[in-house]
Amino acid sequence: MLHKSPSANTPTATVGKDNKHDSAERHIKGTALYIDDIREPQGTLHLAPGYAQASCGKIRSLDLSAVKSALGVVTVLTAKDIPGINDCSPAMGDDMILADGHILFHGQVIFVVAAKSHLEARKAARLAKIEIEETAPMVTVEDGLEKDASVLPPYEFLRGSPDEIIKSSPNQIADRFHIGGQEHFYLEGQIAMAIPGDDGEMLVHSSTQHPTEIQHTIAKMLGVQDAAIVCECRRMGGAFGGKESQAAQWAALSALAAHATGRPAKMRLDRDDDMIMTGKRHDQACHWQAGYDDQGKLTAVNVEFNSRCGCSADLSLGVNDRTMFHADNSYYYPQVRILSRRVMTNTVSNTAFRGFGGPQGMVFSERMMDTIAIKLDIDPLDVRKTNFYGDEDRNITPFGMKVQDNILDELVSELESTSDYRNRRKEIATFNKKSPFLKKGLALNPVKFGISFTLKHLNQAGALVHVYTDGSVQVNHGGTEMGQGLYTKVAQVVAEEFGIDLEHVRITATKTDKVPNTAPTAASSGSDMNGMAAKQAAETIKNRLIELASKLYQVDKTAINFAHNKVKIGDQEVAFSELTQQAFLERVSLSSTGYYATPHITWDRDTKDGRPFLYFAYGACCAEVTIDTLTGEMKVDRVDILHDVGKSLNPAIDIGQIEGGFVQGMGWLTTEELVYDDQGRLRTHAPSTYKIPTASDVPEDFRIKLWNSSGNREDTIYRSKAVGEPPIMLATAVFSAITNAIASLSPGQVPQINTPATPENILRAVRDIKKRDVKAGEK
Amino acid sequence: MRQSVKFLRDGELVELNNVDPNETLLDYLRLREGSCGTKEGCGEGDCGACSVAIGSLKDGKLEYQTVNSCIQLLGMMDGKEIITIDDLSKGSQTKDSQELHPVQDAMLRHHGSQCGFCTPGIVMSLFTLYHAEIKADRNTINDQLAGNLCRCTGYRPIIDAAMESCTGKAQNRFHEDAPVRTDKLNELDDKEDLFIGNETAFFAAPASNETLAALYEKHPDAVIVAGATDVGLWITKQLRDLPKIIHIGRVTELQKITHSNDEITIGASVTYADAKDTLATIDPDVAEIIRRIGSTQVRASGTIGGNIANGSPIGDSPPLLIALDAKLTLQKGTQSREIDLENFFIDYGKQDRKEGEFVSKIRIPKLAKNEVFRSYKISKRFDQDISALLAAFRLTIVNGKVTQARITYGGMAGIPKRAEKSEKSLINIALNAPETWGKAVQALEQDFNPLSDMRASADYRMEAAKGLLIKVLHEISNGKVDQQGKQTRVIGARASDVREAV
Repeated sequence: MLHKSPSANTPTATVGKDNKHDSAERHIKGTALYIDDIREPQGTLHLAPGYAQASCGKIRSLDLSAVKSALGVVTVLTAKDIPGINDCSPAMGDDMILADGHILFHGQVIFVVAAKSHLEARKAARLAKIEIEETAPMVTVEDGLEKDASVLPPYEFLRGSPDEIIKSSPNQIADRFHIGGQEHFYLEGQIAMAIPGDDGEMLVHSSTQHPTEIQHTIAKMLGVQDAAIVCECRRMGGAFGGKESQAAQWAALSALAAHATGRPAKMRLDRDDDMIMTGKRHDQACHWQAGYDDQGKLTAVNVEFNSRCGCSADLSLGVNDRTMFHADNSYYYPQVRILSRRVMTNTVSNTAFRGFGGPQGMVFSERMMDTIAIKLDIDPLDVRKTNFYGDEDRNITPFGMKVQDNILDELVSELESTSDYRNRRKEIATFNKKSPFLKKGLALNPVKFGISFTLKHLNQAGALVHVYTDGSVQVNHGGTEMGQGLYTKVAQVVAEEFGIDLEHVRITATKTDKVPNTAPTAASSGSDMNGMAAKQAAETIKNRLIELASKLYQVDKTAINFAHNKVKIGDQEVAFSELTQQAFLERVSLSSTGYYATPHITWDRDTKDGRPFLYFAYGACCAEVTIDTLTGEMKVDRVDILHDVGKSLNPAIDIGQIEGGFVQGMGWLTTEELVYDDQGRLRTHAPSTYKIPTASDVPEDFRIKLWNSSGNREDTIYRSKAVGEPPIMLATAVFSAITNAIASLSPGQVPQINTPATPENILRAVRDIKKRDVKAGEK
Repeated sequence: MRQSVKFLRDGELVELNNVDPNETLLDYLRLREGSCGTKEGCGEGDCGACSVAIGSLKDGKLEYQTVNSCIQLLGMMDGKEIITIDDLSKGSQTKDSQELHPVQDAMLRHHGSQCGFCTPGIVMSLFTLYHAEIKADRNTINDQLAGNLCRCTGYRPIIDAAMESCTGKAQNRFHEDAPVRTDKLNELDDKEDLFIGNETAFFAAPASNETLAALYEKHPDAVIVAGATDVGLWITKQLRDLPKIIHIGRVTELQKITHSNDEITIGASVTYADAKDTLATIDPDVAEIIRRIGSTQVRASGTIGGNIANGSPIGDSPPLLIALDAKLTLQKGTQSREIDLENFFIDYGKQDRKEGEFVSKIRIPKLAKNEVFRSYKISKRFDQDISALLAAFRLTIVNGKVTQARITYGGMAGIPKRAEKSEKSLINIALNAPETWGKAVQALEQDFNPLSDMRASADYRMEAAKGLLIKVLHEISNGKVDQQGKQTRVIGARASDVREAV
């Protein structure tokens, strides 16, 4: 059961309250509409993608005759049917909507079938005869490295001369391990529906985190102006980064079919197709060395991340930069080199996934801490604390930003105490001595996560607020709702501003004709940015109402207050709806846009100079596990989390993000394994083989608390902090606890284990450490 | 013979004359009815987004079970009641009011949804738990939800909602109406053979063993469907056209469970859910393995007969049953024969089943006084996962020594297979002399040459297989398990008062 601390005291009426998710009632009734639930216009076509069984090579021949003559098929489209630019990449121009001439990975779409039903389209798509002149695919990071293949140039942070310092340090260590990828497994698969309109216009419903990019992609593909295309997204059934750039292809194909036939066209990917055809979290081969003193304090770190980007750049620049930005997690590296190679492989292009590369960086830092602790036989928590960023000194990150909002010491100490960490370490040592096969491990790991897009221009947001004469309010903004509660939080902000109840604020679908030129809903920035933009829009209208009230009632502006659905004007009180009616009669506009650009962001990627983040979000997690050294099975027994969300906009939603993020991170590091065959074909392309956590994987003893914060030191929306991504990294504690449990078999030996820590990987590490133990004994 | 499918939709009779043999329940709901509350998440029965409740009479009493509508055939609904999320938000007392069902209300108050896409399925799973009228504890809830994947919440609020609402006492219109619904379901049970279609394409659901045997003898090319948890995927994933379907879920004789002091007989269309309690009387490990087969949804429709008949090398029940020395009865026309289950599995994809022959029942001997049983399932995820390997051991112990051994592994070969060399090496080893166990453990390398696949490597399978043999010997040599410091399992610990041999 959850142990929840009371929320911080706030003087607000709506902000900071445990309001329900705006769609909660519709979710539980099944009446919330997802794109596949929208009533289809008459004659809607259904699309299915066609692809080859090979991974890479030239398309020698493409015989679609059987596809075209299959039952229900209306048309079959290939690259030559694209009137404009055949590209659905977010920036680099290297992702074809339909393959042209050659394919780069297994699952690359070569043609699309439009049929009268979903099933007919799927059946027809399998009838193609495709011959590929196959070339040997690069499947693993190592394959790509060997051929020196990359999608982007390498990038490096360097401070001092880490190699020399490591050599001259009292202790050195070198290690290599592999960090696994992750499938998003949003429950609602990729889907879009395009409805052709007047004069070449197109309305596209897309399950996307980035409606503006859908709009751009389709306009480019059709060779029309952006203004002709509208993209709408009311809600997604989960996204987690998987619908940031990679929703575009399916929306584009829908629009292409709608354009070609003049009929509405819907494309819903079958789950297996979805898993085969869309990118995942980047897996990385991490090679590192470090020097440290006898207390475990680092002298220098040299780390290389070799990242499997897949066949194109997609978002790999930002993702891998963020791995580098988080390779320090919470620790000061006096001298440091962080290198990231963006390796090309003949696999699907890897993409954004909650944490956007950051988690991979942090898994490294935490493995380094565990390694040092095992080597020195010091408690890993003490090694971690020794290396925490300082307040006055030791506070410059490898990328030159000063850490100014550090709460690590207080936060971690509180969790250390509430989780009873020290006593449990002792109990576990006793248990491990007595238990022949089962071994326990315990770890307490911190999280420090930078908030803001590292691509500076994305740090902007727009909003549109309409107040109607009956006092009801409509809010629109550029952020999308994927379950994270963004719409709810923004509505709370607007309700707070007008002093009205939440039920009077209606949030409407994100749509590019309401708020244009938006950033993706990503980087945890949704409420920070859209909340501010909506607040500003509401303020503009409110100020007009104050102006009007002041004039009408001859009262000083400072004596006008909005609360409890009423407006207090000096000694008088009128209903909010009365004042809005008066505004209409007095010809005062009740509509306004709002706009926000995140301040203080100065990062320059070329000069590696400036500040990439507005602030850091912090958290810590203590995890206890039991492993079976005969089978490698593992169970998470207890988890304690303390997480910093500043002053929470909505504690219930924030706790939901923390719990859900932790469990998703735990899945990434334990049961979720992506297996490719030697031809680069994903073998785990369905939930039958790719295992995300289920209810029994969640620790029975699961204690989550919000850090009692006095508020973000930066001027964010109601001094809150972003919460979307940081919690996923709390799960590194599970991996560390597993490492810790294995290490108990042979003190001083570092377990060689990759993520995910599946039973197989755990057993392999157990056998390996036992072998080394025997050898050490023989010496 | 009846030429229409009849079922109840939330208490109201629906009769369909046009049923495609391959039409799924989910497609019927979403495409024909336009009831879009039920979602498709994976189309293979693994995510639970499409969960609906199916009402049927068990010993005359109305019971609701959750199934995955994406891999249930519409025709299989004959004689049952279908309740979906779209029915639930119609009030607690009358259909027209908009009151929430108690599980919906609890989900709402506990913030049990985020993106909301899995939510209808989760609500339906909790609906059946609620109407089972058992006071739900954490383990019960974990089991109930094992087949409902949620990627957003981390499950905690859903578990809290279940804890609060599923208290063992049902009180709402579904409960109040139960007698009426029961009567209607009784009326639907007309014992008529169902046949829709023609000689080349049909959906048939015979009501008796006799008509089943005759029909299958006439159409040996038909596909026999029990729970459709496997055949469903031939349709939704392999996109196969299966023109002739014979559903055996209405055959009374195949639904029987008989239980005597020394053996249990299970009909081929008995579901895991219905068989579990009886099988649990053999040994708690049998119950634990059954619990971990698929999910609640899969166990509500999947059958042990089907698990055997499809011949999978990684089915969970065959290794278990072979270790228990189960016998299989096959029938063709009026003829039937009984074979050792072990001999049914000839090679990968090849079983001892003649054309027109179908699995009729399984006879399972119970344990003798001096026999101990253990079974273990190894998978990446504990719940609702397919085994990387599964091991089952039946050992006869006399005076602290092993005198007989039946050891069967799944996932270690193209068929579920005995570890014959290892069995031999175990004979006469003493449980109090661990130094004598090594030979039997090593013998597994002669018994098996496993494959590598996406679930596990050959190397891991072999090492874990050895580890499990060590574990079983360790467990039974301790006499009593689960004493302080003697825990041997990370999950599925046996209660300390379990009867043991020796």
